Amino acid sequence: MDMIQTEKLIFEYEKRDEDGNVIGASRAIDGVDIDVKEGQFVAVLGHNGSGKSTFAKHLNAILVPTDGTVWVDGRNTKEPQELWNVRQAAGMVFQNPDNQIIGTVVEEDVGFGPENLGVPTDEIWQRVEESLKAVGMLSYRHHSPNKLSGGQKQRVAIAGVVAMEPKCIVLDEPTAMLDPMGRKEVLKTVRRLREEKKVTVILITHYMEEVVDADKIYVMDHGKVVMEGTPREIFSQVERLKEYRLDVPQVTVLADELRKRGIDIPGGILRKEELVQELVKVFQK
Amino acid sequence: MSIRLEHLNYIYSPNTAYEKHALKDICLEIPDGEFVGIIGHTGSGKSTLIQHFNGLMKATDGKLFYNGENIYEQGYHMKKLRNEVGLVFQYPEHQLFETDVMADVCFGPKNQGLSKEECRERALEALKLVGLKEKYYKSSPFELSGGQKRRAAIAGVLAMRPKVLVLDEPTAGLDPKGRDDILEQVAYLHRQTDMTVILVSHSMEDIARYADRIIVMNHGEVLYNDEPKKVFAHYRELERAGLAAPQVTYIMHDLKECGLSVNIEATTVAEAADEIINALENRKNKTVEKGK
Repeated sequence: MDMIQTEKLIFEYEKRDEDGNVIGASRAIDGVDIDVKEGQFVAVLGHNGSGKSTFAKHLNAILVPTDGTVWVDGRNTKEPQELWNVRQAAGMVFQNPDNQIIGTVVEEDVGFGPENLGVPTDEIWQRVEESLKAVGMLSYRHHSPNKLSGGQKQRVAIAGVVAMEPKCIVLDEPTAMLDPMGRKEVLKTVRRLREEKKVTVILITHYMEEVVDADKIYVMDHGKVVMEGTPREIFSQVERLKEYRLDVPQVTVLADELRKRGIDIPGGILRKEELVQELVKVFQK
Repeated sequence: MSIRLEHLNYIYSPNTAYEKHALKDICLEIPDGEFVGIIGHTGSGKSTLIQHFNGLMKATDGKLFYNGENIYEQGYHMKKLRNEVGLVFQYPEHQLFETDVMADVCFGPKNQGLSKEECRERALEALKLVGLKEKYYKSSPFELSGGQKRRAAIAGVLAMRPKVLVLDEPTAGLDPKGRDDILEQVAYLHRQTDMTVILVSHSMEDIARYADRIIVMNHGEVLYNDEPKKVFAHYRELERAGLAAPQVTYIMHDLKECGLSVNIEATTVAEAADEIINALENRKNKTVEKGK
């Protein structure tokens, strides 16, 4: 089943003069067709200003299309009466953890979402406990969020979304402000949610290493989808990615460099383990 | 000529319930002209540390010498220090405020008391150094893209012609091209002028590629202060401190564990490639010798 489907999605930001009159429009999304099946892990790449975040904001109806349609879990985001259903189906996690935490105690922050959905109190506590467990932060439930590290805060923010039991989580550069450990923690958490809770994940990022496990990658440029495919298909096109201001994982760069210098290893290597395995073969020849 | 810290301590909100010992007995020296990387987990004290370099924060205890003078001494010319040590904060584009890019970049030199012509000259030079195209000089800074805004903000600091440039995570949130462009530009500046560069980053790959030396902060203390190869050799300790080594360093370690005789010191793609090719050739030579 389709979790997310967009058809000829167009979005224009209105430009206004000092008196608030509309004087023009700039097109941030220009005819995007994307479909994400339930349970998939889909990544969206693209340079600053390519339209990724504007796209993400359509997935839980923070923005609604200027033209075209977005369906989330079968619901049209343009229908006002579907708004809450859409927002419950797709939860968002943003870049800066400090902007997303509102509670003074971790468990209260996580309980905020379900409380707003009108979930009965007993169930709220049950959900809080489960979500904190899912992100590995249960032992911090009585802590104050402002004493946590960046990665921990981001996991609490994710728990807050998980507690609303969305079918799909959209993460917009969730690791951009984190140290290496924080980045690892967040990615591990996302992986766990996919495996244990079968949540559909849409990850927007500037770190190529983070998307090598994706089922599918979309590359955006000037509001359009310009490439789509598996990580191997996408990352084998180094030159094209560079044109779109992107890159490939460092492992892939190293493998390419070695291949250019005459070492017999296959193309499309994405993971450290693959490269090590191939090199061991070369050394044994 | 250098920045030298002697037993420097900083405590936030001392004698309150929120007391936090953010910097603990820091001793280090940054000589002129060096490219230094600072890494550390969130809350390790990196940002607190760099704000001492230009006297924005005053140590609770200890001394900081700039070019041999203790900046905490009475009558020390703080303004001169701030003119010479330029600090680019995290997300510096949030500090853009003027009506156009040119005016924004002129703001620093204007405050240094320079004439209008001199300000303009400095601004032009700085904008050229960061690689911002001329067509943007008259644009509102708020119309620029993320990467361009950041360049404009960095130009604002460069226009003051600092002798030391401190950058706090200058590439956070930028796309790969934007990341490379800004760092290449900084590296170019470092080569062209004799400017000292101090770069704070969460990207181990970037630090490995550009820094001559790395200072590792951990819970307010200096954990390591050495050249990149030596620092990243301690990758397990770095992981315990919330950090990591560059991806290629892990590859070299794994290759070694698989029994290949490679030198594990490589921290950049180029070094790793050289090392692997070398190891392969050595092995071939040995096989040939055995064959004889």
